[in-house]
Amino acid sequence: MSSADLAEGLREQVREFLAQHDPATTERLEFVRARFDAGLAWVHYPAGLGGQGLPRTLQKVVDAEFAAANSPTNRPERNGIGLGMAAPTILAFASDEQKQRWLRPLWTGEDVWCQLFSEPGAGSDLANLATRAVRDGENWIVSGQKVWTSSAHIARRAMLVTRTDPDLPKHKGLTYFGVDMTTPGVEVRPLRQATGEAEFNEVFLTDVVIPDTDRIGEVGQGWQVATGTLMNERVALGAFSLPREGGMIGFSAKTWREHPERRTPGLHDRLLRLWAASEVSRLAGERLRQQLAAGQPGPEGSGAKLVYARLNQEIADLQLELLGGDGLRYSDWTMHRPDGADFYGRDSGYRYLRSKGNSIEGGTSEILRNIVAERVLGLPPEIRLDKDKPWKDLPR
Amino acid sequence: MSEAELTEEEAEEAEAAAAPPLPDLTYTDQETDLRSAVRSVLEEKAEAAAVLARTESPDTYDVGLWRTLAAEIGCAGLLIPEAQGGAGASFREAAVVCEEIGRWVAPVPFLGSAVIATVALLELGADEPLAGLAAGTTTAALAVPFDSLPGARPEPTVRLGGPAKGDPEGTYRLSGTVKGVADALLADLLIVPADGVPYGLYAVAADAEGLTRTPVTSLDMTRQLADLTLENVPARRLGGGRAAETAVFAALRAGAAMLAAEQLGLADRALEITLAYVKQRYQFARPVGSFQALKHRFADWWVAVTQARAASRYAAACLATGDPDADVAVALAKSVCSDTAVLAGQEMIQLHGGIGFTWEHPAHLYLKRAKSSALALGTADRHRAALAKLADLPPA
Repeated sequence: MSSADLAEGLREQVREFLAQHDPATTERLEFVRARFDAGLAWVHYPAGLGGQGLPRTLQKVVDAEFAAANSPTNRPERNGIGLGMAAPTILAFASDEQKQRWLRPLWTGEDVWCQLFSEPGAGSDLANLATRAVRDGENWIVSGQKVWTSSAHIARRAMLVTRTDPDLPKHKGLTYFGVDMTTPGVEVRPLRQATGEAEFNEVFLTDVVIPDTDRIGEVGQGWQVATGTLMNERVALGAFSLPREGGMIGFSAKTWREHPERRTPGLHDRLLRLWAASEVSRLAGERLRQQLAAGQPGPEGSGAKLVYARLNQEIADLQLELLGGDGLRYSDWTMHRPDGADFYGRDSGYRYLRSKGNSIEGGTSEILRNIVAERVLGLPPEIRLDKDKPWKDLPR
Repeated sequence: MSEAELTEEEAEEAEAAAAPPLPDLTYTDQETDLRSAVRSVLEEKAEAAAVLARTESPDTYDVGLWRTLAAEIGCAGLLIPEAQGGAGASFREAAVVCEEIGRWVAPVPFLGSAVIATVALLELGADEPLAGLAAGTTTAALAVPFDSLPGARPEPTVRLGGPAKGDPEGTYRLSGTVKGVADALLADLLIVPADGVPYGLYAVAADAEGLTRTPVTSLDMTRQLADLTLENVPARRLGGGRAAETAVFAALRAGAAMLAAEQLGLADRALEITLAYVKQRYQFARPVGSFQALKHRFADWWVAVTQARAASRYAAACLATGDPDADVAVALAKSVCSDTAVLAGQEMIQLHGGIGFTWEHPAHLYLKRAKSSALALGTADRHRAALAKLADLPPA
């Protein structure tokens, strides 16, 4: 069947679904659960798990139909890590029983997921993590400290990587779990950041009991599973490209046009360079999307986040200078708990500070350059001192 | 705060508004086949040592290679419709040929003849010279300085005189000089803009009496420039007034876009050559490519090439369909690809170390071609200034 036929078939399915579930009157949770059960949640997932085993590119057809009917949503903005990272990990590595148990509430937003990976002593060097999991019959007893955890305070479940065998080299002694965040011994504390608020958390785990049935993958296979998760951690490529000036550069272009009195030659040069770079990065994103759609994924995705981080920072920096005296003011230093970063709804001072995190979170720009150099360009790896020694004997 | 910013709703609206669809930015199978055909010729005939040796020979252009590409592969007639004896292809295919020529810094007049002069003649509807161009038996050049800026009419430095006694009907006489013309040394036909009433374009045979072509000692000897002196040279009028102006504009715009493709190819191949070198060059008992200081530079270089590729493909695609966004696309491509090619030339020398600074190594050919083409047909800065107009971002 051609892609156009499949798309039409899906539109028909959505129309039938909407006829049976009036989006105006059906309660939100009931609506999204039914949508999942109808296989219209993520069409590229298997049948019975919210999908129909169709090409991923057809998802936008379904989303557009539901959006056009003003349907209640699964509030994807609240569960970005769950949908973007946990779900593909579960699909690839979890047991059938776990898939049945976890994917539906994940997609509907009933279970927000977070990611318990980084630790104070394991940032770029994630495989050095020290959170211990010790087997106790049908359970595991877990203790340690995780950090930089977005959404931990609203999460019901977490992807957790632990050390189960300190005598093995560091990549080999790890095991992965899908842990219930309401288990006694899980303590979430806000981690206040430079913007004044706390998007992130520290998570302290003290003798947390995790049933073995919540283990994802084999014992000792944690690194492979974690690597699979991290493959999905990059700048999410939307289904559509933004229009020209649809990104952060739009703020600066608007300010420039509205305030001729603030223009200087130096700012003009910076604005034009960033405008051109933003536009080219938009085109590069579209090119990547086209390659993926044609089934020829290129390595360009690895570079997209490097560009995104640099541009965000440079544009936010320019924007403060374009504001003149207003650049000296900040919206609010009060500690509060936003759902996530917000580059469109907030003030320029916030964007200036928040964008500093873009080159750190999700792989520092330095680590990403290593990845491009080694995996894309085939340059020789770093000389490693830690690969074959038992983890417990490594200097720290 | 009096910040000029998009409100949350405005930003969301901007995001939701589906961006106008972008053209195909990948390479079609047909384009890839053409690339292979061109590459197999260049691999054999544009080997680095031969290209280097030719820069110090009396014939800096490679006539044999040009004949093969022009006639056998059919590159010369790519942009000419089939009805006029050409291949009826588009700027997308021409761009692929340019990429390959850039990769090998090949000394052939594709840009000057098969792009710039051809577009001028097509715009003028000058069928008779086009037949020879399509067949690859005539090589032509538009007699304007190589640093002419697209979008601005080059000030004619040649003046029109009346016919001499005994001249056949329709003969004009031209006098003046044109400095720094690309691809004129190999041309049989020069298309000369001349002042008069009206401004017009004139065909001058390369062997016409009174025409002197003086080879210039050029920064880039793989595309040697020529100074033209005309003393009462007989010429035939191709078109005048608005039509002539439009033809020059179109020719220079197409030239800038295709030169950007050449710059992309140059940057890409310089990266490949340099990568291969640092993988096998040992210092301190390890490949120098294993040092992080170098790996990060390679990663940034590669990212720059991926961005340049998106910009170059967009410009070619816009020209191919006459997209109204073509002016923006060309300015973006030429500015970004100019910067990327110069970066590539510089990095190629630096990352080769001592050997990269020798005459025997081709790195300097890449740098010289990169820098020259960055100065030609509008510098990056000039193209950003053009963007300022096109995108309504006026100067201070």
